[in-house]
Amino acid sequence: MAEVNLILVGVNHKTTPVEIREKLAFTKGKIEQSVDHLFNFPDIIEHTILSTCNRVEIYARANCQDSAIKSIKQFICDFHELSPVELEDHFYSYRNKEAVEHLFRVSSSLDSMILGEAQILGQVKEAYSLARDLRSTGLVLNQLFEKAFSIAKKVREETGIAERSVSISSAAVELAQKIFDDLENRTVMLVGTGEMAELAAKHLISYGVKTIYVTSRTYDRAVNLARTLNGSALDFETFKNELHRADIVITSTSAPNFIIKKEMVEKAIHERKNKPIFFIDIAVPRDIEPDVNDLENIYLYDIDDLQVVVSANMKEREKEAENAMNFISQEVTKFNNWVGTLDAVPTIVEIRKKAENIRMQEIEKTLKKISHLSEDDKKLLRQMSSSMVNKILHKPTIKLKQKTQSEDGHVYLKAIRHLFHLDD
Amino acid sequence: MANITFNSTLLIYLIATLGYTIYLVDRKPIVKSISFFSLGLGLLSHTITICLRSMETGHGPYTTGFEITLFFAWVIVVIFFITEWKYKIKDLGAFVIPVVFIILLYSAFQSREHSLIDESSTMFWLTIHRTLSIIGYAAFAIAFGAAVMYLIQENQVKNKKLGVMYFRMPSLEVLDNLNYKVIALGFPLFTLGFMTGSIWNIKTDESLFSWDIMRTWPLIAVWMIYCGIFFGRLLVGWRGKKAAQGAILGFVAIIFSYFFHVV
Repeated sequence: MAEVNLILVGVNHKTTPVEIREKLAFTKGKIEQSVDHLFNFPDIIEHTILSTCNRVEIYARANCQDSAIKSIKQFICDFHELSPVELEDHFYSYRNKEAVEHLFRVSSSLDSMILGEAQILGQVKEAYSLARDLRSTGLVLNQLFEKAFSIAKKVREETGIAERSVSISSAAVELAQKIFDDLENRTVMLVGTGEMAELAAKHLISYGVKTIYVTSRTYDRAVNLARTLNGSALDFETFKNELHRADIVITSTSAPNFIIKKEMVEKAIHERKNKPIFFIDIAVPRDIEPDVNDLENIYLYDIDDLQVVVSANMKEREKEAENAMNFISQEVTKFNNWVGTLDAVPTIVEIRKKAENIRMQEIEKTLKKISHLSEDDKKLLRQMSSSMVNKILHKPTIKLKQKTQSEDGHVYLKAIRHLFHLDD
Repeated sequence: MANITFNSTLLIYLIATLGYTIYLVDRKPIVKSISFFSLGLGLLSHTITICLRSMETGHGPYTTGFEITLFFAWVIVVIFFITEWKYKIKDLGAFVIPVVFIILLYSAFQSREHSLIDESSTMFWLTIHRTLSIIGYAAFAIAFGAAVMYLIQENQVKNKKLGVMYFRMPSLEVLDNLNYKVIALGFPLFTLGFMTGSIWNIKTDESLFSWDIMRTWPLIAVWMIYCGIFFGRLLVGWRGKKAAQGAILGFVAIIFSYFFHVV
C-alpha cells in the first residue's frame, strides 16, 4: 500500500553561514540539471528545489523517508562537490507534518531573517512554477505549494506581519505618508549628502516624490547628488530662504552645531500658510534644533526616534507572527487530513474492483443457469446486483475516508486491507 | 408600529457602535462586515421610523424635539455613508456612529406627543429652515468625528508614540481635508438655515425683534465659530490641529445650543 510520505532537507541562514550557503545555491540552470539526478533515486516520487540567498531546501514526496532523506543529502553534496562530513551539521530534515508546517512558515515569511519580508513568497512561487514546468511535482506537492501560497496571502492580509516598517528609511517614508498621505508631487530637500539621506530620498522618489532640492557645504557634491536624483542643487548659504518650499527636509551634514533653528522654521511655516513640514534629521551630531518639534504642523524625527520606531515595529511583527503560527497549525492539520484521504483512495478503489469482479462472475454464472429470461430481465438483474454492491460499500467507503483523517487512520486502513484480503 | 421600528433602530445602532469600536482594536473582517451591515439595516429601519412618524403626524419630522433628533441622527448616518463611499476613511465609523447612537438614545427619552401648535401656514419656511440646519449640523458632526481622529493621530506623530491607532488611522492630510470639506458643505447650509429660520420667525411673529434672545444667541455663537473655522482656513491658513480643535468646539456648542434653541 502506498503511504504518502513528505520530506524536506535543507539549510538556511540559521543553521549555515553564508560561505557555505553560497556554495549550495541552485541557479535555474542547475535546478534543470538536477531533475534527472533526483529522479534516479527510486525513493523520490515528486520534488521541488527552493534556492534563495537565505536557504536551499528540497521538498519531496518519497516512498521511504529515511532513505530519501539520505539520498537527497547525498545528492546535494555530490552535485556541489562538497564532502558530506562538512555539511552534516548544517542540514536539517523534516518529515510529514513538520515538513508541511515548515513550508507554510517559510512562504508566510515567518522563517525569514526579517520577519514578514515580502520577497520570499515570490521566490517560493518561482521555485514551484519552475518545478511544475520541469514536471518534477505531482498531486501532493502541487496541492502542498498551492496551499502554502493561499496561506501566505491570508497571513499577510489578516495579521500585521508585514504592516510595519522595519528599516529606518521605510519607517521615514511611512511617517511621511501618515502626514501627507499621497507623496506624489511633494517636494523633498536634502541638506547634506550623506549616504542614508540619499537612500531615504530614493525611497521617497519610488513613492512618487517629484521635486528634489539638494544642498551641501561643498556645492559640487550637491550638484552631483542632484544629478543622480534628478533634482536641482541649492547654494548652502541661501537654502534657508527656500525652506518653505519643502514638504520633507532630510538633514545629514557633519556640522558640529544646529544648522536649522526654530526661528528659521517658524518663518518657513508662516510662508507656507501652515502647510506641514516633516523634518528627518539623520545627522550625528544633530542638524536641527529639537525645539522645532514644538511648532504646530512641524514634525521632527531624529535618527534615535526612527530607531525606536523600527524596534517597536519589529517587536509588533514578532507578536503578529505568533498569531500567524496559530493559523498555520490549523492549516497543517487540514492538509494532513487531506493527505490521509489519499491513503484511503487506492484502498477504496481496490475494494470496489474486487467486489465488482465477484459481482460480475456471480451474476453471469447465475444468468447462464436461467435460460428463459428475456434480455430486459437480464439487464434488470445486472442493475440490481450492481446497486446492491454499491449500497453495501457506500457507508464503509465514507467511514473509511473519515477515519483515515484521524490520528489512528492507519489502523483502520490496515484492518480493512486485512479483512478484504487486499494484500494477499 | 413606529415605536417598534424606533426601538429596533436603536438596538441595531448599538450593535454597529460596538462593532465599529471593536474593529478599532480587533481587525477581524467579520467584525467590519457586521458593523457595516448593521448600520445599513439600522438606516433602513430608521428611515421606516421617520416615514411612519410623518404619516402619523401628517408633516415632516421637524416640529418636536423627538422628531428633530430622530431626523438629525438619520442625516448623520446618510452623510456618513456618502463619506465612506467617497473617501473610504477607515475607522471614521468608530468616531461618528457612537454620536448617532447617543443622539438617538437621547431622543428615546423625549416625549412622542405630536406638536400642538398649528404651524401649517408657516410650515414651508419651517421645513426649509430645519432641513437645511439639520443637514448642516450633521455635516458638522462628521467634521467632529474627523477632528477627534485628527487629534489622536497628530498626537501620536508629534510625540513619537506610534501605537496601534497610528497604523490604522488615515493620514493627517486626509483627516484635515475631510474636516475642511464637510465644514465647507455644512457652513453654507447652516447659514441658509439660519436665514430661513429668521424668515419663519418673521412670518410667525411678524416682527424681527420679537426674537427670544435666549433661543437665538447660542445659534449666533455656533455660526460665529464655524464662520471663524471656515474663513480662518481660507484667509490665514488655520489648518490641522487648530481646525480640528475648532470643529470639536463647534460641535460642543451645537449640543449646548440645541438645549436653548429647541428644548
